[in-house]
Amino acid sequence: MTADGAEMDAARGLPATSGALRDELTGELRQETMIINMGPQHPSTHGVLRLLLELDGETVVACKPIIGYLHTGIEKNTEYRTWLQGVTFVTRADYLSPFFNELGYCLGVERLLGVEAPPRAQLIRVLVCELNRIASHLVYLATGGLELGAVSVMLYGFREREVIMDIFEAITGLRMNHAYIRIGGVVMDLPEDGPPKIRRMLDVLPGRIHEYETILNDNPIWRERNEGVGMLSAEQALALGVTGPVLRASGVAADLRKDMPYAGYETFDFEVPVRTEGDAYARYVVRIEEMRESLKIVAQALERLEDQPGPTMIEDPKIAWQGRLSVGPDGIGNDPEYLRHIMEESMEALIHHFKAVTQGVAVPAGEVYSAVESPRGELGFHIVSDGGHRPYRVKIRDPSFVNLQSLPAMIEGSLIADAIAANASLDPVMGGVDR
Amino acid sequence: MSPDALAAALRDRFADILVARGEVSLIVPRDELTDALAWLRDAPGLSLGFLSCISVTDWPAADPRFWVSYELRSMTRHHRLRVKVGLPEADPHVPSIVAMYPGANWHEREQYDLYGVVFDGHPDLTRILLPDDWEGHPLRKDEELGGVSTRFEGALVPPIDRRGMA
Repeated sequence: MTADGAEMDAARGLPATSGALRDELTGELRQETMIINMGPQHPSTHGVLRLLLELDGETVVACKPIIGYLHTGIEKNTEYRTWLQGVTFVTRADYLSPFFNELGYCLGVERLLGVEAPPRAQLIRVLVCELNRIASHLVYLATGGLELGAVSVMLYGFREREVIMDIFEAITGLRMNHAYIRIGGVVMDLPEDGPPKIRRMLDVLPGRIHEYETILNDNPIWRERNEGVGMLSAEQALALGVTGPVLRASGVAADLRKDMPYAGYETFDFEVPVRTEGDAYARYVVRIEEMRESLKIVAQALERLEDQPGPTMIEDPKIAWQGRLSVGPDGIGNDPEYLRHIMEESMEALIHHFKAVTQGVAVPAGEVYSAVESPRGELGFHIVSDGGHRPYRVKIRDPSFVNLQSLPAMIEGSLIADAIAANASLDPVMGGVDR
Repeated sequence: MSPDALAAALRDRFADILVARGEVSLIVPRDELTDALAWLRDAPGLSLGFLSCISVTDWPAADPRFWVSYELRSMTRHHRLRVKVGLPEADPHVPSIVAMYPGANWHEREQYDLYGVVFDGHPDLTRILLPDDWEGHPLRKDEELGGVSTRFEGALVPPIDRRGMA
């Protein structure tokens, strides 16, 4: 220890500091920054995300997100499977919004084919997607709440999500990765117990959302941890390609359901919630309001489904999935009656089934970019066909991937604890980021 | 703006325009890419100032082999445009647009990682999804699915068409 350092400590009435903390020449305390890894595998990184943080004390000087830990090669895999099998791959990208992955992909392939799903299928698509949006926002609320210490909100969020998961299970047989929306429609109509379950949910959920607000809106800890945290201006957000609730919380009313409607969204009555603060709290408010709007859409879709009979899959036997399916104990499976038909009664039906399964439809050559508004923003599919039975290229533009780029802009210069709140407010899903 | 109206507005400045399936594609030489994107962003009535996506498509038998597509979106006028650049196999370089669109940073890194297309002038053109020491660019058509040595117990996963065969 230098004499200077010891004198300084003594002059301030402090115990002597170890020499290693002092500069050898001046005796001043060292001012170096520290580089730490948050993750991979940190409770608040929403999956396997690594944040390389340069810290000056408690302040984040620089942040570099490092991704790729969940890369599974979904895009490459689709090139080796039929067009129909593509649905089962893309649904696994952003695992909290599987229906949106399926819808974006199917709308793109349908545009290449020049076909459109029948009206009843469109309504069912909107119905399941909006239920999915609520479920996804509930996970944001639950995990985001947990990260800021609001454990009760975590329990409530997952409790209500379970209600929606039950509905998905009744409709598709699975809780996630449904492969329910398919090229030309949906794989089968709603089951008998589907609409009553959804109606019960519609009765319960508005009260529950109000409950979250009474817990959080006047909670001084929740407000202080979120207000003014993770600031992102509209200019920054647009330059960085940010979409979804994060962009809408920065004052830009961009929502593909309104701006470039698909699947008949232009016929539904709903609002696009916008806030101008651009902080984590505004994102929370936007998502809460979006859940209410989604409930409105679900109710409208349910009502219209009553007066909209008809097929849920297009008629064209070259495109439509011929196998009749039913929900069994382990998900959607072949209908036993249909199996008997092709195996015992009709040779032609068996041949057709064989062709449909092994080869599927050939899609005319060309390319499309089909985008839907997922719970996290613009979910785009750039799909290229060379005219064959398999996709030539499927590029998934996942909103989490793009939104995550804005994290350094949000947290550089703020406290490390705010980095947690900012990341939670982005709501990234690493399955979608890494694909 | 409707696809046809958008294409008409572009014809004054660009020659190679394709309208198909309600989408407009614009093909530009790579040395005009930056100028074209700036023009599209600033042209009154177009305001294509939001970059949605960058993706590469690989056509090994063709020249140019690589096509880079830039999906642009107008937040105010609600239309889209795809700008495409073709790159020869021997020289897969294209100017980076990170200076104009900071959000292009990760898109360009991803396409470099998966296809080996080099974005000249990118501030940090490193692999993003794959490990830093990965060899090759797996989404190229001449790379197989599977057939790579995993990091777990040195096990080799055979290519997909040879799986399940002893």
